[in-house]
Amino acid sequence: MEIALSHYLILAGILFTMGVFGIFLNRKNVIVILMSVELMLLAVNINFVAFSTWLNDINGQVFTLFILTVAAAEAAIGLAILVVFFRNKGSIAVEDISELKG
Amino acid sequence: MITAIAFYFFSAVLLLSALCVITARNPVHSVLFLILAFFNAAGLFVLLGAEFIAMILVIVYVGAVAVLFLFVVMMLDISFADLRKGAMQYVPLGILIGGLMLAELVTLYMAWPAKPPVEALPMANVTNTVHLGQVLYTDYVLPFQVSGLVLLVAMIGAIVLTFRQREGVRRQKIAQQVSRKQADVISIEKIPTGKGIG
Repeated sequence: MEIALSHYLILAGILFTMGVFGIFLNRKNVIVILMSVELMLLAVNINFVAFSTWLNDINGQVFTLFILTVAAAEAAIGLAILVVFFRNKGSIAVEDISELKG
Repeated sequence: MITAIAFYFFSAVLLLSALCVITARNPVHSVLFLILAFFNAAGLFVLLGAEFIAMILVIVYVGAVAVLFLFVVMMLDISFADLRKGAMQYVPLGILIGGLMLAELVTLYMAWPAKPPVEALPMANVTNTVHLGQVLYTDYVLPFQVSGLVLLVAMIGAIVLTFRQREGVRRQKIAQQVSRKQADVISIEKIPTGKGIG
């Protein structure tokens, strides 16, 4: 049985959907929401690398590297904000983060 | 054949661990399942012939990001059971939106013209890492520098956000120690016999 491009694309689609579902399921827990965002970025990376292999174009893998960079920066900043927020409020529940009344 | 078995094995473990990430009661377990998911994604990348990305995924994600998550989860003293209260009321909405998104994606992917892999380009005779380096340091040199800048800004931002000056902490002040004069701290007294000092 041959593994085609659509296998990888559907795998990435399911993984991305799981990330979206995780945001709904853990609406109050910012840490798990950040982890769900990491899962979604991983799904995007799988798409990029699969297309890069199938079209024989290395540019997809270069973009995967840039996505990894941005994801690492985002995780570091997000967790730093989380730590500062917990220090000030003693809680990380999402509904407590409504100081700006947005 | 062996590729198909490896693909199905890696993707099954990847999806199961992703499911455990979003459903685990304890966030520490979530982080550990996230690490498992990244390992399996690295296996899939090896199957796709992207060895460098696979190794970078293991080093950056498992070695840095997941450990960062683990530290933060363990540092915060939170009752995670309270955070899960009432989470079930969002499940129908989540399934609705997630299912809709998945259906759209699968429809799109089914419509994608599945062509066989094109012939290898002449430059692809080199290994994956060499090929990636040849493109990254020539065509993408400016975005590469900018991504370094993004990481620098993230590092400075994280330090500035979490830095705090605490009150009442005794610190060693080396300049003050070095600049002390002997005359300021020692006085030599003649003590008369039979009497103490003042």
